[in-house]
Parts: sequence; structure tokens; C-alpha cells
Amino acid sequence: MSAEEMYKEIILDYYRRPRNFGQLPNADIISHDVNTSCGDEITVQVLVKDGNVGNIRFTGKGCAICMASTSMLTEYALGKPLEEVAKFNKGVVLGLISIPISCVRLKCALLGFKVLKVGVCQYLGKQLEAEDGNK
Amino acid sequence: MAVVQKLNAVQVQKDFPFFRQGLIYLDSAATSQKPRAVLNAVVGFYESNNANVNRGMYQLAEKATAKYDEARRIIAGFIGARDDELIFVRNATEAINMVAQCFARNVVGAGDSVLVTEMEHHSNILPWQRVAREKGGRLDVVPITERGVIEISALREKLAMRPKLFAFSHVSNVLGTVNPAKEFIAEAHKLKIPVLLDASQSIPSMPIDVKGLDCDFLVFSGHKMLGPHIGVLYVKREFLERMSPFLVGGGMVKEVTFESATFKDGQEKFDAGTFDVPGAVGLAAAIDYLKKIGMENVQAHEEELARYAYDVLAKDPAITVYGPRDRLNLVSFNVGDMHAHDVAAILDEAGICVRAGHHCAQPLMRRLGIPACVRASFGVYNTKEDVDALIAAIGKAKKVFGI
Repeated sequence: MSAEEMYKEIILDYYRRPRNFGQLPNADIISHDVNTSCGDEITVQVLVKDGNVGNIRFTGKGCAICMASTSMLTEYALGKPLEEVAKFNKGVVLGLISIPISCVRLKCALLGFKVLKVGVCQYLGKQLEAEDGNK
Repeated sequence: MAVVQKLNAVQVQKDFPFFRQGLIYLDSAATSQKPRAVLNAVVGFYESNNANVNRGMYQLAEKATAKYDEARRIIAGFIGARDDELIFVRNATEAINMVAQCFARNVVGAGDSVLVTEMEHHSNILPWQRVAREKGGRLDVVPITERGVIEISALREKLAMRPKLFAFSHVSNVLGTVNPAKEFIAEAHKLKIPVLLDASQSIPSMPIDVKGLDCDFLVFSGHKMLGPHIGVLYVKREFLERMSPFLVGGGMVKEVTFESATFKDGQEKFDAGTFDVPGAVGLAAAIDYLKKIGMENVQAHEEELARYAYDVLAKDPAITVYGPRDRLNLVSFNVGDMHAHDVAAILDEAGICVRAGHHCAQPLMRRLGIPACVRASFGVYNTKEDVDALIAAIGKAKKVFGI
């Protein structure tokens, strides 16, 4: 794959003007992780509304692939039920960025996905516990 | 001093089977490629001399022991040390941990400090941080200037706080800065502060003389200097007696009962377990190879490449180069608003191997205000054409990103 194929205009556009970038006050979910091998870091914040992703923002630093894939994922997740977001797999992300990703770059492409999924799953887990407690 | 002759890198490259695949390898600061002489020495040892040293009562074991002792002599001689001041370890990281656990732990108490610099690799931070924490002490840090160097006045200020040990890199693995080690060590010694010098980045590219430098501890890794994955810890004789053993087990003991044991003296008390003899033999072969070229010639060659790369890159307003112009064998930089990984990915496509990331120096990255950077580092086998290829590929990266 050539550099031009990998760094398509759309990827660069999302890198330079990431959608849903920024803070979300009163977020119900705040999830953060780093890619230890390269130092990339992503924080995702979600506002839950009726069990759905009511609003979503992310912050962090990363390469073009990391930033673009996270940004696209937040757009895709907006409005969807948390139960569905928790079931996202890596195919969803790779489909969104739709460029061939080498093994080395897979970690870059999937960091935001990992952060979002862990955050949502932990939130749902806590809710289950709370429901159990109320019984 | 030997006359500096121009090193013929094109000729040198032919000694390295690795380069048959046509890659442009600019990551020697991470690990170096190996000349055939080193590969042959390692394979040759296994083929003809392999036996456990200092143990077997047969001729082959004697031959293996002789090979090991010879390698120790060659390696010690290369840094101007005595044979019995060398301890073989896995790598420089292990060597530093050893000094932290076997020396610093015995001398650092509550409220005491260990001094490092702002340009250290994680391996020269964490072992001291751990000991300091355990003992209720702290890690103190000499700051770097905007140019990426350490002012002697800043060092003096920190040494005046009387740290129990001062540990610093001879050459920064990110900035390429060459610290005036002899001067720094003399400053510390004025206050009787012991010094560990991390020579991991300097020893592959410049002459090192532990007696001239007067360091108390020196560490380096064989794999960065054309050799196998073996590490070396040099300990000044008088400090050997002040260190407790690291690993205990076979080989480092005099007498053992189920209740107690007595340990060997000097460096031998660190020789637990079966030795990495092929590693030592391979490192000796790497040193013989470097000596044939001449360390002054190696240094002149690598400095010339780094300076050339620095001058071209620093001229480009879209490129930020880190560290001073005077540097050893590497250049670290960022291109416009590109992330280092994206630069490295595009260079990779041109068959150029560079490192991109935080280079195991996160505190330094924070000081520079960047998450990551690209590093190109040079070895004996790199040519001016390699640097030209790097510059051309950076041009391509800029084009792809519209910079």
C-alpha cells in the first residue's frame, strides 16, 4: 500500500479537524488508555441518555490513523444504544476508516475503539450491579 | 592518537550480511547490525568450543574457558579496565539495576537522594526511583537547557545537595548531546559522590577509557556496538567490595550448606549461573572489528553524518530538530503537524528504518513538550547517500500530508 492510499484525504481531514474532539461536562462515562509502545493516548467521554449514547467527545494525542479512527468511531457511536456499542468489534473500526492497516498500525487504529468499548462495558457492568443491589 | 582516516562505509557495509536485503537502516541507536566476523565468532564457538566454562575437567572445557577469559581481556582492554573489574550481564538495564540493588540500596537512607539528569532513558531513572522510594529517599534531577545540554552550574547546584550517587548518560539517546563526562565526574568526586556513567549510546561510536574518565560504575550493551545481546558492568575495584551479590546460585559461592553460604570475592561474586560465553566471544569479535576501523574514525564518520543530517533538516522551517548542533550519531525531529509514527510509516515505505515514539524517555519528551519524535541514528555502515535518501523520503512525507 502506498502512502497516498493510507493517508487519503479523508484520513488527513479527520486528523486535522477531528469531529467530536473536546471535553464533555457531566459525562457519565470517562475512559482513558495509552498505547504503551508509542505513547499515544486517548480519553473518550460519553453522556448517556435513555440507554443510548446521548453525546460523545474525545481528547488525546496520536498519529493520523489513531485520531481519525477514534473520531470516526465517535460519530458512528452517537445515538446508538450502549448495548450495541458494547458489542462493536474491530471490524466496525476498520470498516469506518476503510484503508488497509498493517499489523504494526493496528494498535494505532484500535486504541480509541478499545477505550470506548472498555468504558461502555464498565458502565453497563456497574448498572447491573446497581440493579442487583436494588432488588 | 591515531590519524583519522576516512571510513569507507560502502566497503564496511559489505561486511554485514544484513544489508543484502537492500534496507536503509537508520536505527543503530536502538540496536546495531552485526558484521560477519561477529556472526562467525558466535557460530564458531558453538561449532568447536562449546562447553561449560570453569567447570569441566576435559580439554574442551579448558578451551572454552580460555576463549571466555580472552574475550574478557579484550572487552576490559577496550575500556581501559582490569579484567577483574568487569561483570557480564544481560544488558545495560540489568547492569544499572544491579548497581541500584547491590550498591545504592546499601547507601541510600531516609531523606537521601540519587541524582540523574533530565535527558535520561527510563532505564537510568526507574532503578533509582525504586530504591529511593523503598528507602524513603528521593530522585533529584539536573535540568537541561533549551538547547538540550546540561550547564555545569546547574549540575553543581544539584551536587551541592549531596546525593548518594550521580547517574547520567554519556550521550543522550534522543538529543545526541555528548555530556562532558570527565568534567561532570570530577565535579561529583570533589564532593566524594560516586558516579555511574551510562555509556550505552557512546561506546558504539567513540573511544571510552574508564581510568581517564574516572567513573566508579560504567554500563553498556553489546548489541548496540555490533555485538550480541550481552551487557557489561564495569565497577571500579574499590567499589566491588562495597557491593553485595545480586543473584545467588551456582558459580558465585565458596562453600554452601543448607544453613548458610560464603561467597566468592571481587567480581566473581556476581557470576551466578552458567555464563553467556558465546555472547562474550561475539562482543570481543565486535570490538576487534571496531578497533580495526579505529574508534576515532568511527566517531568522525558518525558525527559527520549526524551533522550533515542536522544541517539539512534544521534549515527546513517545517521541521523541528531537537538537541544541540554538536552531537554524536543521531538526529531527532518532527515534521510539521505530522505525528512521528506517520513520518516513520512513510519512510518505511521507502525502505528506511527509523525509530518513532518516546524513545523510552517520557520525562524528556514532556520537557520538550512533544508526545513523540522521529529519530534517525547512524552506524559505521551508513553512507551520506543514506542520509540523502532519508531527506528525500521526508520530502515525500511532507507532500503526502500537504506540508
